[in-house]
Amino acid sequence: MGLGSLMADGFLTTRLDDVVNWARKNSLWPMPMGISCCAIEMMATASPRFDISRFGSEVMRFTPRQCDVMIVAGTVTYKMARVVRKIYDQMPDPKWVISMGACASSGGMFRSYSVVQGIDQFMPVDVYVAGCPPRPENLLRALMELQSQVAKQQTIGNLLRGEKILIPETGPAERVSSAT
Amino acid sequence: MKDRLLQKLRTFSPDSILETNEFRGDLTVIVRKEDIVMIATFLRDDDDLSFDLIVDLCGVDMYRPEGRFEVVYHLYSLKNKSYVRLKVRVEEDHPVVDTVCSVWPGANWHERETFDMFGISFRGHPDLRRMYMPEEYEHFPLRKDFPLMGVPDSIPLPRK
Repeated sequence: MGLGSLMADGFLTTRLDDVVNWARKNSLWPMPMGISCCAIEMMATASPRFDISRFGSEVMRFTPRQCDVMIVAGTVTYKMARVVRKIYDQMPDPKWVISMGACASSGGMFRSYSVVQGIDQFMPVDVYVAGCPPRPENLLRALMELQSQVAKQQTIGNLLRGEKILIPETGPAERVSSAT
Repeated sequence: MKDRLLQKLRTFSPDSILETNEFRGDLTVIVRKEDIVMIATFLRDDDDLSFDLIVDLCGVDMYRPEGRFEVVYHLYSLKNKSYVRLKVRVEEDHPVVDTVCSVWPGANWHERETFDMFGISFRGHPDLRRMYMPEEYEHFPLRKDFPLMGVPDSIPLPRK
């Protein structure tokens, strides 16, 4: 009805940010950082029964250069922390991180000298998932939460208006850029 | 088998055997630290005993003033299908034992692990690097005086 009149001439108006974010949030390609048993649930999430492709995230890439969201699924030891961080640094912006399970989020049951007590000590995290391990539904819920975060982000609209675009600093380089 | 083993060991080198005991059918021989390679070679090369497999080698921190550490060797004879356990006592101020890598090459990584976790050095080891902890790490996690949560800031994390 309303939509019919809106679409009558074959176009509709919207904000550029919304279009870009809509495209982004529906194709979040994961970097599967499967380090321990949470990875099994992550794989189950990709299986037909739970089917992460309903959310556009079925393309698990094993090179960080093609990924948007890193799913850290498992116990991160101090020795592994530098590896996880290096892979994260190799992902192109914009990028997000899901901390899957108790171990990645807080060290979990490994209250020990060798385990980092939460990956947010050395990298930014957007969504934390509880559970040991979390069920696939739980990971999907986290993905949906991330999608709603992505939908709200400033992207290209401000840039075109000549305003500063603010991206939280994530890597070694200076991340604040402006269009002139 | 155990009696024969003990008898042979005592004939071979009576001074090397400090103590023996048997618990639930398993024989333990406590060996003088300086003689461990000699005893190991004897146990391997004796045609009758033929302890040709080192099942495990590990350290123990007894946390006592005298002979704080122990290094434990579990040996197996494929020929006789029997086990024997050797132990040497290691002092805290000089935690060095001769390597048995020359006797059983399989001891290589076990000795590296023992070095990593207890700080016991193995003289003559071909490649005594840490096994689990970062190479620049300065502490020994399985010692009894090591805090459960580790030494704060002893392992650097990447910059956030």
